[in-house]
Amino acid sequence: MTLVTQSVMRERFYETAAELVDRHDRIAVVIAEIGGSALLGAKRRHPDRVINVGIREQLMVGVASGLALAGFRPIAHSYAPFIVERPFEMLKLDLGHQDAGAILVSVGASYDSAASGRTHEAPEDVALVAALPGWRIFVPGHPDEADLMLRAAASDNDRVYLRLCEQSNSQARPIQPGRFHVERRGRDATVVAVGPLLDPVLEATADLDVTVLYATTVRPFDHQAVRSATSTRDVVLVEPYLAGTSSAEVNEALVDTPHRLLALGVRNVEHRKYGTWHEHNAAHGLDAPGIRARVLSFLAA
Amino acid sequence: MNATVPTLGYADLRGLMDLQLGDEKHAPSATSTLDVIWVLYDRILRIDPGRVDDPDRDRFLLSKGHGPMAYYAVLAAKGFIDVAALRTFGRYDSSLGHHPDRNLVPGIEISSGSLGHGLGIAVGVALGLRARRSRARVFCLVGDAELEEGSNHEAIAYAGRFGLEGLTCVVVDNRSASLGWPGGIASRFATEGWSTSTVDGRDHDAIQRALATDHARRPHAVVALVEQRS
Repeated sequence: MTLVTQSVMRERFYETAAELVDRHDRIAVVIAEIGGSALLGAKRRHPDRVINVGIREQLMVGVASGLALAGFRPIAHSYAPFIVERPFEMLKLDLGHQDAGAILVSVGASYDSAASGRTHEAPEDVALVAALPGWRIFVPGHPDEADLMLRAAASDNDRVYLRLCEQSNSQARPIQPGRFHVERRGRDATVVAVGPLLDPVLEATADLDVTVLYATTVRPFDHQAVRSATSTRDVVLVEPYLAGTSSAEVNEALVDTPHRLLALGVRNVEHRKYGTWHEHNAAHGLDAPGIRARVLSFLAA
Repeated sequence: MNATVPTLGYADLRGLMDLQLGDEKHAPSATSTLDVIWVLYDRILRIDPGRVDDPDRDRFLLSKGHGPMAYYAVLAAKGFIDVAALRTFGRYDSSLGHHPDRNLVPGIEISSGSLGHGLGIAVGVALGLRARRSRARVFCLVGDAELEEGSNHEAIAYAGRFGLEGLTCVVVDNRSASLGWPGGIASRFATEGWSTSTVDGRDHDAIQRALATDHARRPHAVVALVEQRS
């Protein structure tokens, strides 16, 4: 499997954000230092619409809200812990309660910054944003998909959380925002692979007769895809963030159908390890061998 | 204001506030803001209840959403909401809650209640209006105790350093901050580059003069002193 280098999604984001600011007068970018150098050219060209508020993440979200209320389409950007967790009440009130639209773009997914330790890890991010009403949550698994999703978000007025990551699948899929992609069909189970975990899931299930659904939009959750793809009523959910984040969504999709659900993801523990995301994936059983072992055990039970 | 809209006067406000029952614990908070909000709507803001979506209207953001009875009374007096609606204050189906919701009342610019949110949003609105080359101004009302929320100081620092002249922050000071503000509230703004005025928060002419003060290339803070909360 070819690993796309980690920084690709992030660098593509900066390029596309700058292009969007150039091309559309209503686009504004708000950052809190992170990304400042990459967006320097865009800031020089559009000093009124590329705004660096310094290390002030609460203000970053407040400013995004104000820009939206003044008619702009703001893109706010930082590391996941600093754009979701630290200003969480601003997401709830400055954006949600005002009914103001914005695109929040994070980097540092789960343990992408593992060497930096817990302060820079946020595997809770999707669960937190999903706890708020009205958010669309995109978890692309390839830089091309991330680019497509950013452009789609830029053209509407919703509240969008776009979660960029270092891990990438080897190939982009022909995704449609809002829909799961049917990667392959099988008879024994349905596996929902989210974002960058598609490749490990495909490797783990290569010899198994299972349906594999590829989820890049996780809110709203594509209930219809799960309902129509599930024949055996054994479902495995493989998420690159907190385990079980979408379990209730699967259960809601199958509310009138007896089913079993195995939810794989990042365990809710203080892990206290540094290193790389590869090592953390292995520790949480989210590499191909780990996924395979638990899928086989589940299906055999 | 549009002079053709029939309005009530300042003398009617107490009666309008008395129609709103059920949040008496915040009556002192409401009373503290009454004169500042009245002067803003009566003498300063370029807004029209018939054109609440005008992109070039001035904006008033009540960050201190506690005790909005004075705010609702002024909005009713100026034709933004029906006087009859005041009697529904706090009821299940009312558009007028104990904290305002912009999505329920056209003309209310932000939903507020949790302290420390309005000024950051106001900075964003002012930046947006500046980017559009609009002449509209942004006025944000906070309380002296509300300034204890650290998020305000992110906004104060940024707005001052970047000379956001379209922004005015009115601090209604009834000395209710737990630890007070050694050196004075105005100095906190001045340190970050704001223009400042301190006035009697019951003196309408003084409030008007302070709000109309020229503050080119700087945001402006008006500290309006009112009776200390008992």
